[in-house]
Amino acid sequence: MTSSGQDIRNVIIVGSGPAGLTAAIYSARANLAPLVIEGEPSSTSDQPGGQLMLTTDVENYPGFPDGVMGPELMVKFREQAQRFGAEMLTEKVTRVDFSGPPHGVWVGDPTAPEPTHRAWAVIVSTGAQSLMLGLEAEEKLIGHGLSTCATCDGFFFRDQHIAVVGGGDSAMEEATFLTRFASKVTVIHRRDELRASKIMQDRAFANDRIEFLWNNMVTDIQGEEKLTGVEVQDTVTGETSLLDVTGLFIAIGHRPNTDLFEGQLKRKENGYLVTEPDSSCTEIEGVFACGDVQDDYYRQAVTAAGSGCMAAIDAERWLESAGHG
Amino acid sequence: MAESITTLTNETFDEVIGSAELPVVVDFWAEWCGPCKMIAPILDEIAVEKAGVISVAKLNVDDAQDVALRYQVMSIPTLIVFKDGEPAKRIVGAKGKQQLLQEIGEVAF
Repeated sequence: MTSSGQDIRNVIIVGSGPAGLTAAIYSARANLAPLVIEGEPSSTSDQPGGQLMLTTDVENYPGFPDGVMGPELMVKFREQAQRFGAEMLTEKVTRVDFSGPPHGVWVGDPTAPEPTHRAWAVIVSTGAQSLMLGLEAEEKLIGHGLSTCATCDGFFFRDQHIAVVGGGDSAMEEATFLTRFASKVTVIHRRDELRASKIMQDRAFANDRIEFLWNNMVTDIQGEEKLTGVEVQDTVTGETSLLDVTGLFIAIGHRPNTDLFEGQLKRKENGYLVTEPDSSCTEIEGVFACGDVQDDYYRQAVTAAGSGCMAAIDAERWLESAGHG
Repeated sequence: MAESITTLTNETFDEVIGSAELPVVVDFWAEWCGPCKMIAPILDEIAVEKAGVISVAKLNVDDAQDVALRYQVMSIPTLIVFKDGEPAKRIVGAKGKQQLLQEIGEVAF
């Protein structure tokens, strides 16, 4: 017991995507009774289960030869962690204090004098969330034609002409998925080639409901009650034009959820957390990072899960060597 | 799903909403929507905790497209709080329990 009368736990895991839940499975099986602070529901990828909660078919996760639905896969991860005694808390961490060990974690009021939970080891797996366009009209039109979740909202655009902005795998997946409903999907991309993997590109190119608007970027979205059009600018000629669509789906990439750790954990220029080479260790003793929050290169569910396993093992060995747990 | 939660359809919507004495929070959802599933247990809790103050109803947009269209639902989950049969507040997107309670409370309690 500490002076504030709290138990000090062995491990707290912040975040519950593939990385966090794999760390939970491993540390629960090692009898470390982890507490997983899984986040709060939201319609962005910053939610319990992470980015896979907003996807449909996951075709490249090993063990599922016929593919698996993203949300279903994450439910299985969660059940597996709970089976071994991981404790889940559906809240968002509002503040951390990594001046330990033991380290402090707050949920609810971040100005409370004492942390809500303490642990010797903290595993950070807060992932990344979708970037927005940064346009003024965005907030007004989100949910009214502007969307970050094709699986949630595609249904409402039956037989309509809509657009997807972005050129990576997520953009291709969304565009392909949206052709189930929309009569036409225009992919707006600021360059003249895609960043997406070959298989996703081929699938999009072969789909006759998808057309590409190359070398264009979104400069404005129009509409009062609902979205009525998208203004685009040609990145080569500088000319602007209006795209007559009723929906716009945003898939322009991600940013890591690291605001919470500002001033406490070392970040790269792009915001991702720095870990030691070939390990999940941060420069703070007892704090480990895994998954997309520290990976700006691979960013796959399976690599996130792999690094979650590394973090659990690193944490377990550190606890042992430091004489905790 | 809590017993106190009513399921609305195209056929029953007007009758139930028109005759409700309490404010009704209608959850527009679908089976294929991940974020909708995330807030379902929270709405169950709210329905129990706020029994007698508000009622909670669910409307599956696959089964009741007419109603979804009428209220221009273009994103789910969408919660619409109906007072005296009229929409008084619209909450778009999944949110945590405290946030939902606060936004529903702005018009309902």
